[in-house]
Amino acid sequence: MNDNVLIKVRGLKKYYNNGKVKAIDGVDIDIKKGEVVVVVGPSGSGKSTFLRSLNLLEMPTEGQIFFDGEDINSKDANINLHRQKMGMVFQHFNLFPHKTVLSNITLAPMKLKKMKKGEAEKKAMELLTMIHLQDKAGEYPAQLSGGQKQRVAIARALAMDPEVMLFDEPTSALDPEMVGEVLDIMKELAKEGMTMVVVTHEMGFAKEVGSRVIFFDEGKIKEENTPYEFFANPKEPRLKDFLSKVLI
Amino acid sequence: MGEWFQKLADKFYLCFIDDARWTWLVDGLKNTMIITVFALIIGVIIGIIIATVRSTYDKNGEAMKKKGGAGYVVLKIANAICNLYLTVIRGTPVVVQLMIMYFVILVNEQNGVIVAIIAFGINSGAYVAEIFRSGIMSIDPGQFEAGRSLGFNYIQTMMHIVIPQAVKVILPTLWNEFIVLVKETSVAGYVGVVDLTKAGDRIRGRTFEAFMPLLAVAIVYLCIVIILTQILKVIERRLRKSER
Repeated sequence: MNDNVLIKVRGLKKYYNNGKVKAIDGVDIDIKKGEVVVVVGPSGSGKSTFLRSLNLLEMPTEGQIFFDGEDINSKDANINLHRQKMGMVFQHFNLFPHKTVLSNITLAPMKLKKMKKGEAEKKAMELLTMIHLQDKAGEYPAQLSGGQKQRVAIARALAMDPEVMLFDEPTSALDPEMVGEVLDIMKELAKEGMTMVVVTHEMGFAKEVGSRVIFFDEGKIKEENTPYEFFANPKEPRLKDFLSKVLI
Repeated sequence: MGEWFQKLADKFYLCFIDDARWTWLVDGLKNTMIITVFALIIGVIIGIIIATVRSTYDKNGEAMKKKGGAGYVVLKIANAICNLYLTVIRGTPVVVQLMIMYFVILVNEQNGVIVAIIAFGINSGAYVAEIFRSGIMSIDPGQFEAGRSLGFNYIQTMMHIVIPQAVKVILPTLWNEFIVLVKETSVAGYVGVVDLTKAGDRIRGRTFEAFMPLLAVAIVYLCIVIILTQILKVIERRLRKSER
């Protein structure tokens, strides 16, 4: 197999209520290193469930997910080790409210990678500088704005040096004027060559940054293409309908 | 009127000053506090363990069942044991538990204080467990997912992320359990422990005066509870501050 492929998904299915609800209904996809895959689709289409299956926050009903060539959905795979290399950013940030911004970022490297405190804090400060929040290191999440929280959440995930970053609607819970600052950080990451899977409603981001755009509907990938082709020549009628309803 | 006061003073002298009987109350109070504090420590340890097992089963049981293996079986058995413990302990009076502990289970232990600590600790554990469980369940599942997504395993996520936040939520309720426990230990006299209540009762037995010693005992309990309640208010104020 092509060793450029970082994540390979085969026959992924996720059913609820004994198969009555098919959140994901057979998905195959290869995600190459350095690619920015943007996943769009109507709500309830299964795109978030798909993303959350990639690091097994949702246990798939069926299927294989190869990460770095190893099937992480097999019984003997140590999912905790794989997750260390898959950073995740949530819609609702999920920062740890009882810890300062700095300790939010240093917690995982110190506990999981046994990094020394000084070293972890140095790295955290570098990340905070990257997201322009170096002066907020000592504050608690409750004191930050939504956009700032999400940027810290991105830094927290990056602190583990992940090979891929999974974004689950990272800007959906933000006030409109804060969306830009988060997208800017994500663009910067993409430019640096980070592999990213992004579930979003930001079509502008998909167009500008995506190497590939995927349209999810009824638990299946209905269409995938380069951003230009995706938006200029949609083939699926369902996608045409979807694009006509979202602001681009 | 003067005669009435004189009578009162005489009774006071008889009950507390004569034979230095007030020291009985002090010694009793000491035992009461020792039993309460150590029982609470045992209760908290038992409580954390049981709450963790029960909430793990509630939250994670389905996922583990699907993955199969021994882990799920162990968890299921542990959960069943915890449920049995909660049912038995919460379903029977603490005095009965105390006497069973003293006269049946720990027959060879002569030190009643130790027996009382164990009995009240085990009893308190059941209530603390439910307090902790409600605290753990009150934490946003997103916190748990964030921990897991970073690569923490279940126990690490609990230890570093969920429990520290849960403790903050339940601290007032836990402190309240402490206050309740202080008063509950007043039945320790059933197994020959001279706690505060028993000390007052002994003074009554020696002097044939019921009013003075029992009133004194009641006042001491009241003072302890008032002090603990004030501390609780300080704790609550502090907690509110750090939320902002």
